[in-house]
Amino acid sequence: MSATTGPGPTAGSGLRRSVVVVDDHAMFRTGVKAELAAHPTRVEVLGEAADVDQAVAAVVRLRPEVVLLDVHLPGGGGAEVMRRVGARLPQTRFLALSVSDAAEDVIGTIRAGARGYVTKTITGPELVDAIDRVAGGDAVFSPRLAGFVLDAFAGSIEVAQVDEDLDRLTEREREVMRLIARGYAYKEVAGELFISIKTVETHVSSVLRKLQLSSRHELTRWANDRRLL
Amino acid sequence: MSTDAPAPPTGQPAAPRPRPPRAFRSTDERLLGGVAAGLARHLDVDKTYVRAAFLISSALGGFGVVVYAALWLVLPTDTHLEQRSPGLEAATRQGKRPGRGRRLEDVGLLVALAAVGIGVVVLAQTVFGGSVVFWPVLLGVIGLAVLWRQADEAQRERWVDSTGRIDFVRAVVGAGGTAAWVRLVAGVGLLLSALVLFALQTGQSGQVGVARDVVVAGVLGVAGLALMVGPWLFRLTGDLSEERAARVRSQERADMAAHLHDSVLQTLALIQKHAGDAKTVATLARAQERDLRSWLYGEEPAPDTSVASALKAAAAEVEDGHGVPVEVVTVGDTPVSERLRPLVLAAREAMVNAAKHSGADQVDVYAEAGPDATEVFVRDRGRGFDESIVPDDRLGVRNSIVDRMRRHGGTAVIRTAPGDGTEVRLTMTTQRTSSQEETG
Repeated sequence: MSATTGPGPTAGSGLRRSVVVVDDHAMFRTGVKAELAAHPTRVEVLGEAADVDQAVAAVVRLRPEVVLLDVHLPGGGGAEVMRRVGARLPQTRFLALSVSDAAEDVIGTIRAGARGYVTKTITGPELVDAIDRVAGGDAVFSPRLAGFVLDAFAGSIEVAQVDEDLDRLTEREREVMRLIARGYAYKEVAGELFISIKTVETHVSSVLRKLQLSSRHELTRWANDRRLL
Repeated sequence: MSTDAPAPPTGQPAAPRPRPPRAFRSTDERLLGGVAAGLARHLDVDKTYVRAAFLISSALGGFGVVVYAALWLVLPTDTHLEQRSPGLEAATRQGKRPGRGRRLEDVGLLVALAAVGIGVVVLAQTVFGGSVVFWPVLLGVIGLAVLWRQADEAQRERWVDSTGRIDFVRAVVGAGGTAAWVRLVAGVGLLLSALVLFALQTGQSGQVGVARDVVVAGVLGVAGLALMVGPWLFRLTGDLSEERAARVRSQERADMAAHLHDSVLQTLALIQKHAGDAKTVATLARAQERDLRSWLYGEEPAPDTSVASALKAAAAEVEDGHGVPVEVVTVGDTPVSERLRPLVLAAREAMVNAAKHSGADQVDVYAEAGPDATEVFVRDRGRGFDESIVPDDRLGVRNSIVDRMRRHGGTAVIRTAPGDGTEVRLTMTTQRTSSQEETG
């Protein structure tokens, strides 16, 4: 998608990414800030917020590159923040961060526009890499998310936000998602499938697009939200 | 949709006991009363077809309207039976998850009601040709509809009453306050005026017989009363058993919450005692996290029934035994059959090997249950090994993994190289090939 994307999880682009941390648990925010503070050359925390209203205000005011967004958030969840901010600040990227293991929450947040999902047990350096990749326009799929995505496209997760007629994944996209679910890094996926990392990123991005942006599904969701279906 | 996958998907909580199949009105996907959506779920067909069937039968003589109304009257709503994991329920209650938009909900319902109403008027006028009975009947029907709707809402609100008493006024009016009373009075008023209008019109139009009018009015009155009280009586029986089930469930929840509370506190106490020992602390925290996570969001079936949960249980054992985190990602699920048990055991052995010998700080397990085959990948980023120089007395890999899979008609492929980690790939096809069948 974007030329600034780093080639792999360890290679940074050298830019300093600005971040807002949104989570309703003060202790967790403190922990994340402390971990990010260990990488002052790569990430700068501009601010934090504890619920949807605060988050919308903070993001609009501070205009960070990346918003670390809890899936469960008072005021309607992380998805609500994206709904309210998304159109106003199209250049802001959202990275979902959750302790929830529920596929419907995670997939729902991705469908609402998040560019990736990581669990709260992620290590500091991995989180910094994820922020960097999301800011660069790439999608970040953890193995768990890749598993959820495969399940959702196979129709075996019953998720309110996932329609039955999701665009199918191509064989290659499926292959890429399976390797990510098996714990492969992008570089290893590329090596395994004899394709370039750029191609892996393209596949991953198109999976994300199929998941969130098809206009038909936008319409379905709009109608769904209003109980018209 | 894989039609031949016999197991419930992983995302759905397994019901504790099989309930007799019973239809409910759907509150999630309703257009009007949720009858069509609930019926579609009960019959396992697409709800569009059911709605189409209702529409068509409504157009052909109004039969669909009658059936729909009858089912609306009879079927209980499904809200009481919706059971999700406690973590999700708590997050929903606190408004931390995206809810459905509610702003247009009422408008949508009104539009639907109005559309049906217009349809009924058109239908009735074509059938009765604008006769004398038409408008009184219409008024009566509207009155009854208002009453029905009132009873419907009252049913939902009645359970808010924590005193546990169910009195008639509350059952009909609910907790709706003035608006509910206004609707109730309006409904009764409409009903009465329908009767009066009917009596007046028949009186004007001809002296057919006062006796008949009285009979008709009486029948209408009784029917109206039955329709007012009927839904309440009928639902009361259904709701009482549901309430009992709900109480049992909430007690189970309370016990479970207390248990987890204790276990979390215990773990935290242990962690404080072992504050100096990073490895013990990590193991304790990890075990507790797994425990809590599976309770809050998982609702796993028992380990001996499903491949996904059997793998997760095995991973948990390995994690506790060797202090190495094992991440399990599963796609699809299938019951543990005699055929798949060796696969689970081989996967467990591969996890043990990875945790014990690889020196990796994490083991990734990925399992995919498809219609044709079930595959498990166990991967570490440890030191790896050279298969050719493993001494013959080390039976772990050869015996427990490769030979076991081969004996039972599956395959095991080990990819490893010194310094590059190890990946064990286990495949068991669904089709049993009789030539390879062996019981050893």
